[in-house]
Amino acid sequence: MGIDLPLLWLLIIGFGVMMYVIMDGFDLGIGILFLFIRERDHRDTMVNTVAPVWDGNETWLVLGGSGLMAAFPKAYGILLSAFYVPLLLMLAGLIWRGVSFEFRFKADDTHRPFWDKAFIAGSFTAAFFQGVVLGAFIDGVHVVDGASADGVMSWMRPFPIFTGIGVVIAYALLGVTWLILKTEGALQLSMIHIARPITMAVLAAIVIVALWTPLAHPAIAHRWFKLPNLWFFTPVPVLVVMATAFILRMLKNDPHAGPFLWSLVLIFLGYSGLVISIWPNIIPPSISIWEVAAPTQSLGFTLVGALLIIPMILGYSAWSYYVFRGKVRVGDGYH
Amino acid sequence: MLPFTALELARIQFGFTVAFHIIFPAITIGLASYLAVLEGVWLWKKQDIYKDLYLFWSKIFAVNFAMGVVSGLVMAYEFGTNWSRYSSFAGSVTGPLLAYEVLTAFFLEAGFLGVMLFGWKRVGRNLHFFSSIMVAIGTLLSATWILASNSWMQTPQGYSIVDGVVVPVDWVAVIFNPSFPYRLAHMCMAAMIATALFVGASGAWHILKGDRRPAIKKMFSMAMWMLLFAAPIQILIGDAHGLNTLKHQPAKIAAIEGHWDNIANGKGVPLLLFGLPNMGEERTDYGVGVPHLGSLILTHTWSGTIQGLKEFPREDRPNAAILFWSFRVMVGLGVLTVFLAMLGAYTRWRGTMYESRILAHFTLLMGPAGLIAMLAGWFTTEIGRQPWVVYGLMRTKDAVSNHSVLTLSVALLVLMVMYTVVFGTGITYMFKLVQQGPREHDVAEGDSLNQRPSRPLSAAVGPSNSAERKQ
Repeated sequence: MGIDLPLLWLLIIGFGVMMYVIMDGFDLGIGILFLFIRERDHRDTMVNTVAPVWDGNETWLVLGGSGLMAAFPKAYGILLSAFYVPLLLMLAGLIWRGVSFEFRFKADDTHRPFWDKAFIAGSFTAAFFQGVVLGAFIDGVHVVDGASADGVMSWMRPFPIFTGIGVVIAYALLGVTWLILKTEGALQLSMIHIARPITMAVLAAIVIVALWTPLAHPAIAHRWFKLPNLWFFTPVPVLVVMATAFILRMLKNDPHAGPFLWSLVLIFLGYSGLVISIWPNIIPPSISIWEVAAPTQSLGFTLVGALLIIPMILGYSAWSYYVFRGKVRVGDGYH
Repeated sequence: MLPFTALELARIQFGFTVAFHIIFPAITIGLASYLAVLEGVWLWKKQDIYKDLYLFWSKIFAVNFAMGVVSGLVMAYEFGTNWSRYSSFAGSVTGPLLAYEVLTAFFLEAGFLGVMLFGWKRVGRNLHFFSSIMVAIGTLLSATWILASNSWMQTPQGYSIVDGVVVPVDWVAVIFNPSFPYRLAHMCMAAMIATALFVGASGAWHILKGDRRPAIKKMFSMAMWMLLFAAPIQILIGDAHGLNTLKHQPAKIAAIEGHWDNIANGKGVPLLLFGLPNMGEERTDYGVGVPHLGSLILTHTWSGTIQGLKEFPREDRPNAAILFWSFRVMVGLGVLTVFLAMLGAYTRWRGTMYESRILAHFTLLMGPAGLIAMLAGWFTTEIGRQPWVVYGLMRTKDAVSNHSVLTLSVALLVLMVMYTVVFGTGITYMFKLVQQGPREHDVAEGDSLNQRPSRPLSAAVGPSNSAERKQ
């Protein structure tokens, strides 16, 4: 007794998924924003801003997946097979995005437009289906005899489709503010120009999800509006409005690191709102983390490694970002 | 719709994606170590030829690494999507091992790869060399964890079963399970040999085109040294692995040998060179064998005996028709590799290594042999584990998710079409890069890399391309 291992593991997985959303979020956002940028040099510069760090960003997704398998193997099996189709499509998107990222530089002029389109399509697909999985997850999975009883196409409902679109917009915000941080000149100006409507769209998406989930799920409404919970959670919507206001103001006054940092705060708040809604379930609506946790021997063994190694990972990842700090200029890149 | 059951489709999908995936990490493991060696020698001897080779092979490495990452991503999720009942049953063992792979290997590789490919001017030489070494260590750690997990599925120990689920009891026993050391050594050596054959064939191609610049000769020569050292050792490791398998998975060995009936002690087991194992009739048709050689190889005695396949209930037998031949493909290519290494050594001694057209042609032909042998070996060990997913504990048919034939057919078709387009293109780009050959000292301190910063693959663009691009 003493240490609540499943809880610690939920925190680690939650941290991993959040790192993924934030970091691969702006990578995927770049692919989404490709749609608005046609100049070849600008597109190259956009890709170059994430070139050296992209792989590390995506690795957090694998950490989330393997952490779930290690700590909650039953939930892993049930959730992944329940979301078979959207996950397969997400992986397909990540494959196209991942390789076209690169092949567009390798291709000759006739094939290059194809890989640019694949980059856009892959980024949209990956982001959209991550959002679909998120929405379907919040909606919950019917578990019968230790397996999902939902059909493979049960994700085709209004709410998951909406969260799919929401995640695309959220990643676009991370991408656009990241590019404001990492670029200058004409490219930066066009990014500042499109950042405002994207910010408003993200706010709208957060508000809609915040209204939709308690309306659709009484348990979630109960969680949020029961006293004294309401007092603890009130700061979340207040901070959301504040963060949005800061992004909009900094786009005007100080278009550098500010909008990106406040976008991180905004996405983090949206993320914590979802965690508050779902807690303590790992398979909503009713299976808790303690019911499907792996044996103590597994949780403890992996925890030692995670607690020792994750700080090192954060250390050298930060170092890698530091090595490639500064603006990326059109046509030249790193010096 | 395909004429298969859901179980068969899930197996085909897994086999297809693993077979594709395994190629890229193998080349990654070999090339990462090769690059670290090249950079180390460059720093030590201060000869630019090593840096030229480093920059040349790092471009190919970058293309290959990218494909390894995205194809591996699929694998990590298939355990849950297609094999959810396996994950529920044994996830408490394989999950932590996979988590350790991510923590110790994937992040290390990804974190230092950026510096390795794009950091030439941003960090000092020693820090850059350090990054190359970290990437190489990452690839080897990755192999270690994934083989610990795979070996545990072959020879499980260190667990107990509680409420129908595996509970790890002794992690040291789980990781250092009986087949792990053999499997790890065999696989890492296979990756090194496959890479050496690939590098050697690239050199041979340029030599046959009449290019005998020092950099070409150097990479050809280094590949030949590697083969001379590694190929014979691999045969010894393989032999030891075989003895280990005989001890722990006798049905697999019986199937590999196409060996059905027990042979009385003293008579000796023949080694079948040719034969068509017939699962239905329980015999091997058209068997052509060498007396006693089977005993000699498998038991290291003249007349030792092994269990025949009939000793095992029908439902516990792996498919001998496939195993018999996949094993022979692996061993045959291994023996040819040893011949190649010896021919290389002979021509080197005669002083004709770069002139011998026989050697160059032979090396070129053997370019894909390492990868083919590795796939054949992988088929042998994995199909040989059947009908079990965890040997003796859980049958494959009990491990699969509850998906319909339609779902799995569509998924398989999607993956096959996509893999063919995506990885087909990537492999074409790799061959184009090989054809360009190493450049001589024109990339002073990585200038071209700095003009062309981007993701790994784009490091693959030569200066000519980037000049073109700027117009």
